Amino acid sequence: MLNFIQQLGRSGIDFFQRLGRASILLGQILAGIPGVLLRFPLIIQQLYSVGVLSLLIILVSGLFVGMVLGLQGYNTLVDFGAEESLGIMVAVSLVTELGPVVAALLFAGRAGSALTAEIGLMKATEQLSAMEMMAIDPIRRVLTPRFLAGFISMPLLAAIFSAVGVIGGDFVGVGLLDVDEGAYWSQMQASVDFYDDVMNGIIKSVVFGIVVTWIAVFEGYDAIPTSEGVSRATTRTVVHSSLAILGLDFILTAIMF
Amino acid sequence: MNTRNTEIVVGLFIAAGLAALFMLAMKVSNLNIYNDDTGYEISANFEDISGLKVKSPVTMSGVRIGRVSDISFDADRLEAIVKIRIESQYDTLPKDTSASIYTAGLLGEKYIGLEAGGDEENLQQGDKLKLTQSSLVLEKLISRFVDAFINKDPGDKK
Repeated sequence: MLNFIQQLGRSGIDFFQRLGRASILLGQILAGIPGVLLRFPLIIQQLYSVGVLSLLIILVSGLFVGMVLGLQGYNTLVDFGAEESLGIMVAVSLVTELGPVVAALLFAGRAGSALTAEIGLMKATEQLSAMEMMAIDPIRRVLTPRFLAGFISMPLLAAIFSAVGVIGGDFVGVGLLDVDEGAYWSQMQASVDFYDDVMNGIIKSVVFGIVVTWIAVFEGYDAIPTSEGVSRATTRTVVHSSLAILGLDFILTAIMF
Repeated sequence: MNTRNTEIVVGLFIAAGLAALFMLAMKVSNLNIYNDDTGYEISANFEDISGLKVKSPVTMSGVRIGRVSDISFDADRLEAIVKIRIESQYDTLPKDTSASIYTAGLLGEKYIGLEAGGDEENLQQGDKLKLTQSSLVLEKLISRFVDAFINKDPGDKK
């Protein structure tokens, strides 16, 4: 019994220690932003590996999610003779929910895990210590550009996801199932509000971008510098960011709508 | 990959992201860049506006010429006051224009339809529409129909 309580206490203390370390790291990363902005090529390099390389999976998944929404939505709506509302259904669910959330989940799997593995391996092979030996702050040189790149890429990726999804819904709805094209777009435009729907989706994706890259960068930096430690850190990144995305999504939706 | 190519690809990526955002703003949500404060505002009293909302469309001959900007309740006359903002290019509506509340489709959203009268003078900012027709509530309609049906029934048998 006492052992159990001790275990509970230890994991509680561990949790708060990690949270504290993560917060301190976030502070240090943010403090490094002005310096990194002066060396913009560093960010561009990271934008390439974090953003551009995630583009393919985002494009393909966005297209298919939109197409499935079009198909499923049509089957439900046609029973009520309301298949003209397909555009609203596809656009609202993509812009406010699926775009930010699914894009963030994919982003955590594709870019977050890569970030953790890269930074963890840098730590394991003592590249980070080597930088410190050369009086280069590894947080500013390695972590901040990656964090900024994630912060910039995530909203762009979510917007691309939603836009491609709406076009995918148009392919299936208008192209295959013969929904009137004018009704698809005009009902969508009449019901989707820029500030209420699109902006909320963007705010969500910005928050997800910060959280996912923060978790990824912290896990990498905090990894036990062995091959096993790095692999565990990578797993933790994906699991923790996915849970954080879904939890935050609920909280943000409850606040904003 | 050399720096130049990386930069070009990143530039394309950011451009694609912004284009997607632009498409969401313009094509999906039809963002009105023109501020809603342009145009002029008129008001109308209705007995029953059930279903009408702020931002509901206001049409004439089926063309949207404005939106409902405010809905409130007149405690003295026990009626609803609806403020309508008409876009500024439509400034030649006659003063005796009448307003009715219609439903788009059987269960669709409510909108206000304006019908032009024959007055020489035009509506100005702050004017009030005198002729209005309330919203048709499906339940009321059905209950009236059922009432008429029941009352008529004995007569038919005679």
